[in-house]
Amino acid sequence: MITVDFVYTLMGIMMVGIAIVNVRDRSSAKRYNNAAFWGIYGVTFLFGTRLPNFVNGLLVIAMVLIMAIGKLGGAPPELATRAEREVSAARWGNKLFIPALTIPAVTLLGTFTLKYATIGGAPLVDPKQVTLIALGLATTIALVVGMMMLRPPPTAPIVEARRLMDAVSWAAVLPQTLATLGAMFALAGVGPTLAGIFQKWIPLNTPLTAVIAYAVGMAVFTALMGNAFAAFPVMTAGIGLPIIVQQFGGNVVVAAAVGMLSGFCGTLTTPMAANFNIVPAKLLELPDEYAVIKAQLPTALLLLAANAGIMYLFAFRR
Amino acid sequence: MPGTGCPIPEKKEGPTDSVGGPFRSDYLAPGIWRLAPALAPGRDQGYYLAVLPLIGILIVVVGFALRLNPLLIVATAAIATGLAAGREIVDVISSFGKAFVDSRSVAVVWLALPVIGMLERAGLKERARTLISSIGVATTGRLLFAYMAIRQITSALGLTSLGGHAQMVRPLVAPMAEAAAENKLGDLPDRVRTRVRAHAAAVDNIGVFFGEDIFIAIGSILLIRGFLETSGIHVEPADLALWAIPTAICAFVIHGVRLLLLDRKLARLAADEPEPTIEAIPTGESVA
Repeated sequence: MITVDFVYTLMGIMMVGIAIVNVRDRSSAKRYNNAAFWGIYGVTFLFGTRLPNFVNGLLVIAMVLIMAIGKLGGAPPELATRAEREVSAARWGNKLFIPALTIPAVTLLGTFTLKYATIGGAPLVDPKQVTLIALGLATTIALVVGMMMLRPPPTAPIVEARRLMDAVSWAAVLPQTLATLGAMFALAGVGPTLAGIFQKWIPLNTPLTAVIAYAVGMAVFTALMGNAFAAFPVMTAGIGLPIIVQQFGGNVVVAAAVGMLSGFCGTLTTPMAANFNIVPAKLLELPDEYAVIKAQLPTALLLLAANAGIMYLFAFRR
Repeated sequence: MPGTGCPIPEKKEGPTDSVGGPFRSDYLAPGIWRLAPALAPGRDQGYYLAVLPLIGILIVVVGFALRLNPLLIVATAAIATGLAAGREIVDVISSFGKAFVDSRSVAVVWLALPVIGMLERAGLKERARTLISSIGVATTGRLLFAYMAIRQITSALGLTSLGGHAQMVRPLVAPMAEAAAENKLGDLPDRVRTRVRAHAAAVDNIGVFFGEDIFIAIGSILLIRGFLETSGIHVEPADLALWAIPTAICAFVIHGVRLLLLDRKLARLAADEPEPTIEAIPTGESVA
């Protein structure tokens, strides 16, 4: 059976490869720092489940220290000049889109079909992780298709992956580090404590103020925790159910569904939702890490107001 | 998906005190907790136990406001929260390592980079630009509007993997949006180019966030249902999905109008006097 470990092994190999490309790049002043950073990250993929948690924790702390004290080097310049790329683009034409579109196409196909595939009665892939495995397979197939089509030097994929990874840099591990923060918050009961403070200070004496408090609370909470899924149980247990549903007789389906979507408005505004907001800013090589948030902010605020309106109009309708 | 970004491990229910934290006020705190009464005398220990872990929130808010490095802020806040919750350092580092390894799945999208990088070297972005330049009516706003519509509709059908910043935005959507802007405005100053790219990333988020909740088998619907179930309330996933539709329409209208106004905004931004403080993009493509 193919499990998600297959995908993590691919990730580990890629990260170690990126570390090796870095170490061999004499033009990079920070090559040892970058190599150590990506090399350690690779180790967490290759051996993470087998190492003691304490060792994994130390590895991550080492990565953070390398970044904070030693600093990481930025992305190297592209190997092919713009003129060379123009010539190649004209030569290949729209065929260049084939390997790129193979990734979403095969991921989708795999998500729907791999569930049902069996070998000798046993499932071919771990049914709980189908989407991740499909994504791993899709990127591998796209790579094979691209290599066969373009016939670049064999090192091209890893050299180019290193260029992009070094552009994303530390932001690549930020989403996982945020998950550790979420775990600590859960362990320390930060959510209920915040909700307690919130309840004490917010007036909840009419349906309208309760709706505003719930919608805005979901957004603010999500912005602080970086995650609507962490905010939802806390805010719904604190305001949604006791006040909107029980005290004022609001519709629980409307309140809960729109409450969650109010949290998503918060997701659009916060650097804590790093993989949606900070990572793409780095990936698109924007000098301002908050540029994506700034583009989203007006929509998030208007939509939050719209959500409060929807909840107020429809939750109390009889 | 806005929730799945940073998976949060299952929270274990423990005894709760008056403030709601999973602590008892008679719990004897180890570590730095023994200092707490000296810092703010007159309160009982339960008060500190419940409130001091908020130090993590404080570090996050202050750190981001001061624009310190996000990775450093978040790692510091995580360890500080664990220590403030009264855990020993070895215990905190172990939980830290476990949560990091348990959430490796968010990083799997980077597996797309070898292909995307190789295709970029072969001129993928240039080809995407040429394709858009050949469509006269394409403007940045209209192109991003079309991508948002496709992203939202496919997400509503459960096809959330048809998109993403690494797979679609960097190689295709962003270069196309830039090319559409170049069609209208000629060479783009960096402030216009970066604005276009930021909007390309934003439509991917907005499309998927406010589309996926219409699909009944998505994580957030299942989470709502599961949570209400524990409170003794039974709801149908289809009803929850139905009530995601009004917000989805509002998101489409609000962001759609902003996108259609974006073209004029970009033209104004391009016509402005160049600001001397604008930094060049690191790998700045010289278009000239």
